[in-house]
Amino acid sequence: MQESVIMKIHYGTALGAVVLVAIHILFRMTQNFSESLQYESVIANYHFLPYAIMLELILILLSVHGFNGLRVILLELKQGVGYEKAVNYGCIAAIAVLVAYGSRTILMAGFGM
Amino acid sequence: MAAITSKLSDESPSTIVSPTNSVTLRISKFNPKTDSAATFVEFKVPVQKWTTVLDVILSVKQHLDPSVAVRYSCRQASCGSCGMKINGRPALACYTKISELNSNVVTVEPMNNFPILRDLAVDFTQFFSTHKKLKPYIIRDDSEVAEDTKEFLQTPKEVEEYLQFSYCIKCGLCNSACPTMATDSSFIGPQALAQAYRYVADNRDAGKKDRLKIIDDSHGIWRCHFAGSCSQVCPKGVDPAMGIQLLRGYLVGFRK
Repeated sequence: MQESVIMKIHYGTALGAVVLVAIHILFRMTQNFSESLQYESVIANYHFLPYAIMLELILILLSVHGFNGLRVILLELKQGVGYEKAVNYGCIAAIAVLVAYGSRTILMAGFGM
Repeated sequence: MAAITSKLSDESPSTIVSPTNSVTLRISKFNPKTDSAATFVEFKVPVQKWTTVLDVILSVKQHLDPSVAVRYSCRQASCGSCGMKINGRPALACYTKISELNSNVVTVEPMNNFPILRDLAVDFTQFFSTHKKLKPYIIRDDSEVAEDTKEFLQTPKEVEEYLQFSYCIKCGLCNSACPTMATDSSFIGPQALAQAYRYVADNRDAGKKDRLKIIDDSHGIWRCHFAGSCSQVCPKGVDPAMGIQLLRGYLVGFRK
C-alpha cells in the first residue's frame, strides 16, 4: 500500500476517533463517574446496539491509528529491509489481535455470554 | 544645519581603524580512519569586525595548523561548500561573521547527519544521489532548444510558485538541522523534498507524477515532523518546510 494511502487512513482514523470518543465522553457525562463504572451500567452500554457499534468503531479506529503511529516511530528509529518488514507485518498482526480481542469482549458482553 | 556643520567640523580627518580583538577558535578534529572520537583543538585568533568564521579557519590553516580539513570555494554564500556547525548551529562559514556570534569562543564542528571525511569536511555522496533521484530538471516531451519551438514563457505569478526554492545552493545545512534525518538515515531529507516541490510547482514541468511516486515512500515526505529547523538555517531564505507541506497537498489531494 502506498504511504500516502496509509497516512490518509492515519489522519482519517484520528479525526473519526476524536469525534466518537467525544460522543462517548458526552454519554458518560449523563451519569456521575462512579455510577458510570458500575457493572450494570457497563453491561447496559453493550446491550444498547448503537452504542456497542460505536465502541467497536472506536476500537478499530484507535487500533489502526495507534499501531500505525507505532510503526512510523519504529521505522524512524532503525532501518533495514528485514526490520522494516517485521515492523510492518508485526503492526498489522497487532491490530488484528487487538481488534479481535476487543470485539470478542464487546460481542460476549452484548450477547450476555 | 549649523549644528550639523559644527559636528562635522569637529571630526578629525583620520583613517578609521577597527580595533582588533581575538577569539578562541575550537575546531573539531576527527579522522574516521585513525580516530575513535572527535577532539577539539583550540587556537587564539585575531579578528576584525568583518572577519568571517571561514577567514578565521583559513587563518589557522595558513599559520597554525595546516592539517585542518575544510571545504570551501566561493567565499560569498553561492557555492554551498563551507557548511558546518558554528557554535552548535548549522551555518555557512563564509556567511557568518565572528562579530554576529556574540561570543569569544567559536566552536566549529562538521555538519550533523553526514558521514565525516575529516575534521570539518563531510561526505555529500548520499546527499547528491538523493537529490538526483528526484529528477531535479524540467521533464517534458518537447524542448525549447529544438527547431520551430519557442522558449517556454511563464507569467510572474507562475514563477513565484517555485522561485524561492530555486535559490537552493545544496549546502546541506537543512539536512544537517533536520531532526528526522538524525534518526532515519533513509529519509529523503528537506533539501531533496524542497527541490521536488520546486519542479512539481513549475508549470513547464510534466514530471509531477514520477516525483510524487518517489517521495510517497515509507522514508519519504510523510516522515517530516514539520519541526521547521530546515527553514531556520537556510542561508538563502528557502523554506523547505513549507515546500514539504505544499507537496503533501498534492498527495492528499488538496492541490492538483
